Amino acid sequence: MMSRFIAGRLAATLPVMGVVAVIVFALLRLAPGDPAAILAGDAATPEQIAAIRARLGLDQPMLEQFGGWLWRLLHGDLGTSIISNQPVARLIGDRIEPTLALACTTILFAVAVAVPLGVVAAWRHGTWVDRGVMAFSVIGFSVPVFVLGYLWIFGVAMNLRLLPVQGYVSLAQGFGPFIERLILPTLTLSVIYIALIARTTRASMLEVLGEDYIRTARAKGVREPRVLTRHALRNAAVPVISVIGLGIALLISGVVVTESVFNLPGLGRLTVDAVLARDYPVIQGVILLFSALYVLVNLGIDLAYLLFDPRIRY
Amino acid sequence: MTALDQAGAPPRPAPARRDWALPPALRHPGVLFGLAVLALVLVAALAAPWLGTVDPVQLRPRLRLRPPSGAAWFGTDAFGRDVYSRVVYGARVSLMIGFSVAAVAVAVGLAIGLVAGYVRFLDAVVMRVMDGVMAIPSILLAIALVTLSGANLLTVIVAITIPEIPRVARLVRGVVLTVREEPYVEAAIGAGTRLPLLLWRHILPNTIAPLIVQGTYVCASAILTEAILSFLGAGIPTEVPSWGNIMAEGRQAFQLAPWVILFPGLCVAATVLAVNILGDGLRDSLDPRLARRVGSLR
Repeated sequence: MMSRFIAGRLAATLPVMGVVAVIVFALLRLAPGDPAAILAGDAATPEQIAAIRARLGLDQPMLEQFGGWLWRLLHGDLGTSIISNQPVARLIGDRIEPTLALACTTILFAVAVAVPLGVVAAWRHGTWVDRGVMAFSVIGFSVPVFVLGYLWIFGVAMNLRLLPVQGYVSLAQGFGPFIERLILPTLTLSVIYIALIARTTRASMLEVLGEDYIRTARAKGVREPRVLTRHALRNAAVPVISVIGLGIALLISGVVVTESVFNLPGLGRLTVDAVLARDYPVIQGVILLFSALYVLVNLGIDLAYLLFDPRIRY
Repeated sequence: MTALDQAGAPPRPAPARRDWALPPALRHPGVLFGLAVLALVLVAALAAPWLGTVDPVQLRPRLRLRPPSGAAWFGTDAFGRDVYSRVVYGARVSLMIGFSVAAVAVAVGLAIGLVAGYVRFLDAVVMRVMDGVMAIPSILLAIALVTLSGANLLTVIVAITIPEIPRVARLVRGVVLTVREEPYVEAAIGAGTRLPLLLWRHILPNTIAPLIVQGTYVCASAILTEAILSFLGAGIPTEVPSWGNIMAEGRQAFQLAPWVILFPGLCVAATVLAVNILGDGLRDSLDPRLARRVGSLR
């Protein structure tokens, strides 16, 4: 039964990734003008354009082009950058560390802050604590990520001179300088994520706190912290976990912007640089990677329900 | 804004008469606040030439990077242009993008959702395509679309609209799937109502309230996305003063002249906040059950 569910859920990701692949493939073909001329850039000679056309197989039927592209993709070949002439897969590999580091610190920090906020807001429903959390979550959704980033830079790094303004130091060069440069980016990126998770935690907790078994637990003298964590939060966890997964989409968009503000040499910067240079293979590669990541994380979360909530049996 | 936060609140008493659904909504404090701020921004945008502004694109190299003062309320940028005038004129672009993206996304999403919800054999295919579009991070998809099709106001609007459509389509499909099981729909089918009339008279009215709410969230999201696209250099042409463009040009000199980013940033935040509060208010007052369905996961 369980293995059938897992197999079914895995199979359901295939059409989604298929659609993503078609869209990403079509992006370049749907652009007005000759893709080879676009790829070659403005300064290209007709011979260069013809060479690119032959290399990409643009003279072949569309379906064959797509098949060949997909085949190479499945073998890990994301194409070659038209600016640096390096394989896109290697470019991504070179840039992935800062992005992963920022994403991990953000998720950890956001969950650590947002879940307690949501629990307390639901517990003290209708008080100023609750209203404060709700106000924060609406505001957090409304401030552009980069404005927040500049506010942090302006306040903490420039006026108080507490932290470095911008830049990145690899973990290999020491944990102190590494984490020091991740504090402001993490604070910037996590605001919208905290807003999302805190809202969901509060709503889910409110629902659970009205259940009979919570009243029973209190009536038999279970202490309040234990009621909140063991009895309520455990049962309120499923929507919270699923919103953490859905929020990955927010996080990915935020990473691109945050890395630009703080000058982190990650995938977001790679994307922006590729956009400015019209380096289409790189743009395609990054979109594919992030979309696959989003699909896989949410697949993982669906499967994780089986562990988190024994009531869920598919 | 997110789907779940009202789930635990006790349901409000339903309005006694269906045709009075809108006036109570207008009494909700969030709706009033949101509409008031939005009206203020709209008036500022329309009346821009009469609000003490100067030419927003006029270069005055001798007045570069001046801090805010009585002469230039929000200071000047690296080209000596008046930031206050640019921000007021920029409201036109941001509002236009917000409103048009919301209108187009709702219209297209409605059409797709109706088809998916009502035409069984298309449902699976259409919704898998929507899932695929949703799996692509919206900013990246918009960036790619703008880069490929060349940056102008129209392509930016289209690029911001496309990633918003699946959410609207899903919402409409959900409503349709619920409503089509209702006895009055079955009665209408039994009475021989043709499909177009059935959709128009019996199904469509049920989608109006959720679509108004979702439309406000799409509008808020579009204003933010325009700012982000322009900021990253993939937005509307830089000579147009939009809030995103003003901030993008303030990046280089941020340490010297933070006001070039902060004032438009505050405007974006205040406008988006007002639209979000408007959406939350509409959602709570139009129909509390909506809270489970409408969401604005960006």
